[in-house]
Amino acid sequence: MKFIKDQEPDESLDLVCRMCPMHLLEPGDKLKCMKKGQVLEVMTDYDGALEDIPDWCKKCGHEFIGMEEDDDYYKFYIKKKRDET
Amino acid sequence: MKGAYLDHASATPVRKKVLEAMLPYFSEQFANPSNVYDLGSKVKAVLEEARIHVANLISADPAEIVFTSSGAEANNLAIKGVAFARQKKGKHVIVSSIEHHSVLNSARFLERLDFEASFLPVDKNGLIDPERLAKAIRPETILVSVMHANTEIGTIEPISELASICREKDVAFHTDAVASVGNTHVDVNALNVDLLSLSGASLGAPKGIGALYFNKKVRLMPLIHGGIQENGRRAGTENVPGIIGFGKAATLAKKELPEKINHVRKLRDRLVDGIIKNVEKVTYTGHPEKRLPGHASFCFEAIEGEALIFMLVQNGIYTNTGSACASKALKTSPVLGAIGLRADLAQGSTVFTIDAGNTEKEIDHVLEKLPAVVERLRALSPIWGKEIPEYEEDVCH
Repeated sequence: MKFIKDQEPDESLDLVCRMCPMHLLEPGDKLKCMKKGQVLEVMTDYDGALEDIPDWCKKCGHEFIGMEEDDDYYKFYIKKKRDET
Repeated sequence: MKGAYLDHASATPVRKKVLEAMLPYFSEQFANPSNVYDLGSKVKAVLEEARIHVANLISADPAEIVFTSSGAEANNLAIKGVAFARQKKGKHVIVSSIEHHSVLNSARFLERLDFEASFLPVDKNGLIDPERLAKAIRPETILVSVMHANTEIGTIEPISELASICREKDVAFHTDAVASVGNTHVDVNALNVDLLSLSGASLGAPKGIGALYFNKKVRLMPLIHGGIQENGRRAGTENVPGIIGFGKAATLAKKELPEKINHVRKLRDRLVDGIIKNVEKVTYTGHPEKRLPGHASFCFEAIEGEALIFMLVQNGIYTNTGSACASKALKTSPVLGAIGLRADLAQGSTVFTIDAGNTEKEIDHVLEKLPAVVERLRALSPIWGKEIPEYEEDVCH
């Protein structure tokens, strides 16, 4: 897992308290509305996201930039690499 | 026999246009909205249209509406959902002492889980004092819930003022607007609230459908876990006909509201003036001006509310004691206790809730029959004629 700090996102999704598979569905919808090269921040407290989000990025052709751990949740950063998700 | 149904706070008839809108979604367009094939996606599209209509009624963003099974579930989701989501920040919630049981008992449930709940007192008209709320908020307070309008006494609370106090202190603010949506203007932006509960049954949609408005910035722990319905905030296959009906009822309510308010206010004033003029020893409960336009509530001295209701039914008149739960449990209504009414006077509670379909003739029928019914019951009462003290000036609990 790649840990990063102080990444500035273009958009942010707060999915804290939401359950699987919202940590994959909502980023998919959000990225559709974003431009290529923009960065999406996904906040979630779902532990399964540690494996799921990097895998999902590979499958969808986006770049998983890395993650940051906050007190109560994780922050994942995804760079949109292609126009269709 | 002449009659008058004046208990619209308990139930409204499903409107014809609402029923017509719902019917195709029982057996024709029955597909599950989560299905990926066209039958499902068509239903999903109509469901999302209904969400827009419900959101429009309260000037909200459709993405901030989660459908529930009732107003009570919406209240539970607001109170417990916010408390669970914010418990690391603090474990103190504040609710008013005149809330619906779905708010009061949610707060009491949280007490069992080591949260602390404060029950905010009201004045003799049922109003919350904003200064009192400000003083009750502590660093560990995470949520305040004060209802928009009270079903039992009709009082409308100063919600925007109360919500602003909470916003300044980073405390989430919820209002139960089940009694007010469809009966008076409700705008979540003007009210400045984070969460607001509403119910379809209050505005001519069927029972079994409600909604919670939530500000996107407020985290909400789901209470029903499962699938991805309602964006993962409330699992379970959607009540599609109910949601469609709610959407249609919301559209009609928004269009007709100004006219309805004028109509029911006139009838309400006629009823109130007539009762006060023709019946002695009666207390008009709730705030005299800051109240729902179609709402009139009274306590008749030396009378049991249930007895009055049954006698009125014999004349085709349907009203309510105001608190079905308290009435069935033979307890004094917590709302009437909170405004400082003596228990014996509170026993004579009778609530009239008027809707757009009611007429002047119906009100006159009530005014013709009620005085005689009251007189007959008082003739049987062992306490009639004994002195009853007035309201307490300041009510502290």
